[in-house]
Amino acid sequence: MAESGTATRPFPATLVAPAVERHFRVAGEAVIRARGLSRRYETPQGPVDALRDVNLTVQSGEFCVVVGPSGCGKSTLLRLLAGLDRPTSGSLELTGPGGDSPTNAMVFQGQSVFPWLTVRQNVAYGLKLRGEGRVRRATLADGLIETVGLTRFARAYPHQLSEGMRQRVAIARALAVDPDILLMDEPFGSLDEQTRFLLQEELLRIWEASRKTVVFVTHSIDEAIVLADRIVLMSAQSGAVKAEFAVPFGRPRELLAVRSEPRFAPLFNEIWSLLREEVTTARREAGGRH
Amino acid sequence: MSASRRRRRALEVTLTLMAPVLLLVLWEAFSRAGKLDPIFWPPPSEIWPTFWHLVRNEDLLGDIRISLFRILAGFVLGSVPAVALGLAMGMFWPVRVVMMPVATAIYAIPKIAILPLIIIAFGIGELSKVVIVALSIFFLVALNTMAGVVAIDRAYRDVARNLGAGPVALFWTVALPGALPSIFTGLRLGLGFALIVIVGTEFLSPGRGIGYLIWESYQTLRIERMYVGLIVTGLMGWLLSLTMEALERLVLPWHTSA
Repeated sequence: MAESGTATRPFPATLVAPAVERHFRVAGEAVIRARGLSRRYETPQGPVDALRDVNLTVQSGEFCVVVGPSGCGKSTLLRLLAGLDRPTSGSLELTGPGGDSPTNAMVFQGQSVFPWLTVRQNVAYGLKLRGEGRVRRATLADGLIETVGLTRFARAYPHQLSEGMRQRVAIARALAVDPDILLMDEPFGSLDEQTRFLLQEELLRIWEASRKTVVFVTHSIDEAIVLADRIVLMSAQSGAVKAEFAVPFGRPRELLAVRSEPRFAPLFNEIWSLLREEVTTARREAGGRH
Repeated sequence: MSASRRRRRALEVTLTLMAPVLLLVLWEAFSRAGKLDPIFWPPPSEIWPTFWHLVRNEDLLGDIRISLFRILAGFVLGSVPAVALGLAMGMFWPVRVVMMPVATAIYAIPKIAILPLIIIAFGIGELSKVVIVALSIFFLVALNTMAGVVAIDRAYRDVARNLGAGPVALFWTVALPGALPSIFTGLRLGLGFALIVIVGTEFLSPGRGIGYLIWESYQTLRIERMYVGLIVTGLMGWLLSLTMEALERLVLPWHTSA
């Protein structure tokens, strides 16, 4: 999908700080192609397949959301995509701009903001590792901090922030390195619903300005529908892809409008009926725990 | 808000000072009432003049300085390599596996028990006193440092690796800062150990130092002088731990319990 013009954006351009806007390379090509991707872990109780034979293609600039029951290997998939772990078999092909391998940044599940760095230092962390100069680091970090609405807290330490604010820092930190692919592992999973709704809106706003390729993992069907271009449902016991759903809502999106769309409920029900099978299977496999 | 906080702080200081003052008052009262044997429990009002006498005529401050130097020199000599070893043990499991049995075994030995060995190796001079202090805190700090590194949440390492950190950057930006609270716990405990060990060592080695003052006064039954030594030792311990806390607040502004 091509970069939409400034005029069509549903928010004032100043909402994404200019320094950040310039920093993002426009519509960088980044395609993910996984074929028969599997990851097996050896445990004292024998081998466990966290991921088995996953086939998945994510197009450039696509917002792909992965849903599935707990323990279906969603996080494993992201770790493989991030290069933090290697597959035991199968192929993973990542194509970046100009055929180079694309860069990625991950927003992790739960608390991942460095407690020993201030908000600004956290956001600038990746830039510092890349050897960016102090001035450029500060400009970009401050722009991103402004974008996620934390300017007043730039010098604060994470323990002085609420959980929602810390997740904003984590998102800004991942965006700071301008990755070709953004990986998000249940980034809003531990937030209360109000904060979650706010952050979903913010994420979409930022994403619509950058149009990065996104793989977003969640266990919330609602979250999947409001954010995704395409939803991938993973199976519980086999750790494979069970179904895919194209989300029929256009961009840019108003989350409230999406939730009150007539097509929202049928899609929700369709996903839930499939997911429900998976969850009950997973429960049975686990020995009837409830 | 700030007024109520100031009142709270004033109350804190009052309560902090109340216990030792009350103790001194009781001691003085019982001693004067003849309930305590004045030979072994002289009233505080008699210890105070002895303190001034020692400061003026017998270089008490010099003794304090000498003991403090031994503690601090030993502290630096012991803690710097201990932090390095602890970080290595935390980051690399082979180092941990090799060092763990040795470290835990030596950690368990009361360090004063190896004073003879240290005197054989380093003589009876200043060096042996600095070395025993260093040794007494080395394993404590090393083990605490290691525990600190091991306890760092895997998520932080993943974030750093994901954003492109190599082993060197991982060390400086994750392992070291992440382990610092635990390192400081080790250092604080180590400082206490250092004081215990240096007083014990000075008991056994005639010369200068606050420990020797206590021991010599006891041997010659000059009990007031012994009490001066005890009180000075207590104050030294208190001041050292205050300094350590201040240092911790300075180095770890992000640590909530600091």
